[in-house]
Amino acid sequence: MGESAVRIGLVMPDVLGTYSDSGNATVLACRLRWRGLSASVVEIGHDDPVPSSLDLYLLGGGEDEAQALAADRLRAQPGLQRAAARGAVVFGVCAGLQLLGTGFRTGDGSWQAGLGLLDATTVPGPRRAIGEVVVRDCAGLGAEPVTGFENHLGRTRLGPGSRPLGRVVTGTGNGDGTDGAVTGRVLATYLHGPVLARNPALADLLLGWVLGAPLPALPLAEVGALRRERLRAARR
Amino acid sequence: MVATSSLPRAGERTVRTLPARTRLAVTGARLAAAVSRGFGAGDGGMIGGLVALKLDPAALRRLGHGRVVVLVTGTNGKTTTALMLSRILESRGPVALNADGANMPAGVAAALAARPDAPVAVLEVDENYVPYVAEQLRPACLVLLNLSRDQLDRTGEVRALERELRAAVSRLPETTVVANCDDPLIASVGAASERPVWVAAGQGWHADALACARCGQAVRREGADWDCVCGLARPVPGWTLDGDVLTTADGHELTLGLRLPGRANAANAAAAVAAAAQLGVTPLAAVARLRSIGDVAGRYRRTAVGAHAARLLLAKNPAGWRETLPLLDPRAPVVIAVNSREADGRDVSWLWDVPFEQLRGRPVVATGERASDLAVRLLYAEVPHTTSRDPLAALADLPPGPVELVANYTAFRNLKRRLGDG
Ligand SMILES: [Zn+2]
Repeated sequence: MGESAVRIGLVMPDVLGTYSDSGNATVLACRLRWRGLSASVVEIGHDDPVPSSLDLYLLGGGEDEAQALAADRLRAQPGLQRAAARGAVVFGVCAGLQLLGTGFRTGDGSWQAGLGLLDATTVPGPRRAIGEVVVRDCAGLGAEPVTGFENHLGRTRLGPGSRPLGRVVTGTGNGDGTDGAVTGRVLATYLHGPVLARNPALADLLLGWVLGAPLPALPLAEVGALRRERLRAARR
Repeated sequence: MVATSSLPRAGERTVRTLPARTRLAVTGARLAAAVSRGFGAGDGGMIGGLVALKLDPAALRRLGHGRVVVLVTGTNGKTTTALMLSRILESRGPVALNADGANMPAGVAAALAARPDAPVAVLEVDENYVPYVAEQLRPACLVLLNLSRDQLDRTGEVRALERELRAAVSRLPETTVVANCDDPLIASVGAASERPVWVAAGQGWHADALACARCGQAVRREGADWDCVCGLARPVPGWTLDGDVLTTADGHELTLGLRLPGRANAANAAAAVAAAAQLGVTPLAAVARLRSIGDVAGRYRRTAVGAHAARLLLAKNPAGWRETLPLLDPRAPVVIAVNSREADGRDVSWLWDVPFEQLRGRPVVATGERASDLAVRLLYAEVPHTTSRDPLAALADLPPGPVELVANYTAFRNLKRRLGDG
């Protein structure tokens, strides 16, 4: 993999980026470069067809209308679905989680079909879930909890085709005591922050899937300090 | 495009006859404000206003009764634009102004209560409280600056806010709405007005306005122009800002020549001059008044702190930071202070939408209650930096000379207080 760059697709950052989700692309690219691997970030605008040739796709948060717009465009130009079918890694956050599922109901009551890469449906909950979240027992992350910030109205139910990312110990997540959804190499969560900046193990799990092997450790004191601080803050 | 309200002439003081209950509320508010200041609990404005509203729920309406009221709202530039407008309108007589930036209903009430003699009030109002405050005060003029993501965890989604503001504007048929036609969200709000005055004031950052406020489809842009398939399109501006030159509604070109730096302040000035014109002040006279402003509530002012000349700047969201970054002296170290109190928004993910990469090559210190979040952001922006909780301690550790001190809302407020400005 030393030869060719890992190509990271940032899917519609102009529409899906409410919670500064492009930060996740920055984090992934840096974590590759700092280990001597090359990376490139491809920004796919809402008018561009989604190429199916990339290694990893990121979908961020968006408001109802933006999410519906993105779902329409992504269904009409199924580059992302083709990439996922050949094993590309897909990572969704918040609205990204909802639109990777089979469908979601928006605030105005209309039902929108999703991309069907996750077995998940979303409906509006009684109130917005806003605040710090801690998720434990995440497969592939050992004992490391996932920490982030959530801000969403949707409540997500998983079908048998997906399993949750983990168990929520602080916050709301999917709304049933779990957060996120995973099917194969498609992974999504309600947490932003951006979540990969706060959770290097999750970032490296995704990169390990792309590279086909776990990555060497990359200790960063500042990230460790931030994690300790946020996990402490969430306990209060 | 005619003046819809004229100001009382200078010297013509309105004698205010307020009901006893409101007068009592005002006295109570002043007392509470004095007590709050005495305890160092803040500027006193908010607490004073809260007491006034508690004593008399209709206080806001009564306090505004009989005055010419101008409301200023938007994500960024409220305090500056309100100060500019008050400075212009003061040429005609006393003006009530919430100069302390207390822009929720309590702060607005406190500002009115503090100046019962003022026939004119210029009030900045938090975007979320515009429907309530406008309903109570029935403003002669409403200035709409811009809408972008700010404190999403507190205010909800920006498009929901646009809908609320649009509904509020449609309930104000007598109000002249001065609005920036270059911001599609603001244009959508302003288009609901029966009396819109369009100002092409530019837009610093496009990212939030891409899905149309009306239909959710993508807004198309071509140069300064924009439109949507649903028919919403950039209104034809009456006033146009180009660099430092403002073209007025009747085609005169005025050079602003402000002392305040940056594109955003020129945009604020354009809105203020256009609004003042609706109240009968000539643009030439208005611009001359604006040139006397050297700082806005402590912002942009250079203060000697030990061996350092610190310039205090406020940047509380990505749009604000994009206006601030070009102002920074490339030779000076930058101390950044970020808090996440209620008033700042608890979520600091917005730090990742700020192009901090532009700070590479100069000393940077991450400070404030969320210094750790900022440090990780700077790490991934590959900006060498140090981390220290306290911004003034960080300042003391820097070599003597000029320093740029950039803080978000509560961090800025704390710094201003500690530097003795308020
Ligand atoms: Zn439209």
